[in-house]
Amino acid sequence: MELLSGGDMIVRALHDAGVEYIYGYPGGSLLHVYDAVYKQSHVKHVLVRHEQAAAHMADGFARATGKAGVVMVTSGPGATNTVTGIATAQTDSIPMVVICGQVPSHLIGDDAFQETDMLGIARPIVKHSFRVTNPVDIPDIIAKAFHIAETGRPGPVVIDLPKDMTMPNERFEYNYPKKVKIRSYSPPQRGHSGQIKKAVDMIMEAKRPIIYSGGGVILDKSSDKLRELVDVLGFPVTNTLMGLGAFPGTDERFLGMLGMHGTYEANVAMHHADLIIAIGARFDDRVTNATNKFCPDAKIIHIDIDPSSISKTIVADVPIVGPVGSVLDDMLSLIRNTKEQVDEEALAGWWKQINDWRPRHGMRFDKNEDGLMKPQEVIQAMYQATEGKAYVTSDVGQHQMFAAQYYPFDEPNKWINSGGLGTMGFGFPAAMGIKMNFPDDMVVCVTGEGSIQMNIQELSTCLQYGIPVKILCLNNGSLGMVRQWQDMNYEGRHSNSYMESLPDFIKLVESYGHIGIRVNDRDELPQALEDTFNKYNDRLVFLDVRVDQKEHVYPMQVPLGSMRDMWLNKTERT
Amino acid sequence: MSQSQRHIISILLENEPGALSRVVGLFAQRGYNIETLTVAPTEDESLSRLTMTTVGDEGKVEQITKQLNRLIEVVKLVNLTEGPHIERELMLIKVKAVGAQRAEIKRTADVFRGQVVDISSSVYTVQLTGTTDKLAAFIEAIGPSCVLETVRTGVSGISRGEKVLSL
Repeated sequence: MELLSGGDMIVRALHDAGVEYIYGYPGGSLLHVYDAVYKQSHVKHVLVRHEQAAAHMADGFARATGKAGVVMVTSGPGATNTVTGIATAQTDSIPMVVICGQVPSHLIGDDAFQETDMLGIARPIVKHSFRVTNPVDIPDIIAKAFHIAETGRPGPVVIDLPKDMTMPNERFEYNYPKKVKIRSYSPPQRGHSGQIKKAVDMIMEAKRPIIYSGGGVILDKSSDKLRELVDVLGFPVTNTLMGLGAFPGTDERFLGMLGMHGTYEANVAMHHADLIIAIGARFDDRVTNATNKFCPDAKIIHIDIDPSSISKTIVADVPIVGPVGSVLDDMLSLIRNTKEQVDEEALAGWWKQINDWRPRHGMRFDKNEDGLMKPQEVIQAMYQATEGKAYVTSDVGQHQMFAAQYYPFDEPNKWINSGGLGTMGFGFPAAMGIKMNFPDDMVVCVTGEGSIQMNIQELSTCLQYGIPVKILCLNNGSLGMVRQWQDMNYEGRHSNSYMESLPDFIKLVESYGHIGIRVNDRDELPQALEDTFNKYNDRLVFLDVRVDQKEHVYPMQVPLGSMRDMWLNKTERT
Repeated sequence: MSQSQRHIISILLENEPGALSRVVGLFAQRGYNIETLTVAPTEDESLSRLTMTTVGDEGKVEQITKQLNRLIEVVKLVNLTEGPHIERELMLIKVKAVGAQRAEIKRTADVFRGQVVDISSSVYTVQLTGTTDKLAAFIEAIGPSCVLETVRTGVSGISRGEKVLSL
């Protein structure tokens, strides 16, 4: 029998849960736990400069690995500063465990110093939450938190930890559970075989099928099965913003991303499809455009582990509740064992139609012969420089869409962005979390001069721990996406979208001990990228690239229209 | 579009601090209505039984039940209105009772199988059990003008026959 204090139990249980890094910031209510962290070397703590960044670091790690990232923050402001990070993880179904200090139990409810009702604040943005009311429960709660965060549809779990649960001189028996059992929680393990049979029947009859896959495929580590399915069926594939990389971006059968800024061919193919196979995707409003005009001819097969995602916005004809991987396995074996064949003739005609659509927009953009670079060409150059192999994180705005459109990902877990919540300030700390865990891989944060300033203080953390991420700042001196909407919908009144008084980013990063390179012209870009990824391979490099402020992201779906209603450039509409 | 209807959703919930707030919070967060809500521990102290009535079309109520099922502390859930069921609500009602009214109120309470549970010189307190409609009918019968105060528990419900909601 082993006796440990509550503080020691926290750290020990994290170690037993397989945790290597925790991201956090100390404070009064967590001092006993931080002392326990100090006295051991298994679990390493990364001190951020703002708690929001701790949550995004943990999130980046989780998106790249599928394991829950761990955050530790003190009560009150420490805890509330993580709220945006927790909500970001919740919206994109990312596993995370957030340990929040709390004032001692006897002070809870008294408006004590640094007291907030974190359980109450976090309730709508967590998968679940716990309060520790007896130190002996700590190992069990930690084990349950990881289990809940990582299984089923993943999500963040908050643990509220009153200071008196961690007293160093009060010791209790420590038992880390070998197995977690929660009687009220049992995520689905298999899809319903009857439904899967129905789906396969529909697949065999389809004339104009399309696979629409999302982040769920990546979360269930099922990209190989998706690829297998496409190999067997030969159907066209489109990915959501969250699903990029689940199917190779450079594959001929990939139509690109769909939705608001999706490709022409993906959106038009969706609109004309007679069968949509939705896999781990949730018919988000940024995908469907107006739901009443959504894909009028399509029957819908919807595979998702979360029943509440099914028929929420678009009614499914064949709902299949289950883990994507297991459902795809069952589907594949059924397809292989059935006498039926896909309608090859119809499929050939469908592919001909799709290939006719492809050149209509073709993701073309006009370069400025004289003058500033377009943001798209910078992404393309970065793609070349990294040979398409980097982890790319992004912030939120035009640069995010350009990265999604012009950096084709061939592998899952490489494209890391806040798709659902749209959190500016996400990209840089997420990149840090990835780089710490994949030190030999290239990790690039694509950002803008607006987003980067929302967590720029983390340059200091990068210096302390030697985290050589690369920051590609598409600097157009403006909040680009806001400006684009103002151009399109507000007659060009650029209300508060102009970033006046920007810092000199080069001097700024240099003052933090890093490398800054400014790129004003096209000619300077190749050398700058070469230096970034080779000469300064082991340093944090901030590339401040001046790009054209007037550029818009296209295609762009027309509001209240169908999937196929798009602006293709500033003057041409479908 | 299917019609908006009243649904009785009955939930077996872990009897833990904060569990109720998750259920109620979910309704606020997603813009669902709660018409009535009643909750108490069951014979198994580790579980609470919660009954709520809500109004919505089929799609909305399906979403509500799915979202409720996502809550970790929701053990089991049934939409009682989908099958034969019994529903009851208890009302305590204070009514003005002077002169001839006293006998009339007593008679009306008897007809509705209510009981007068407290008496003062000018006030009767009546206890009445039944469906929401029956309670409303009682108020109508005695005349709303003599009602001084009402308090209702909200609907409790259970399915008919062999079907049980348990672990």
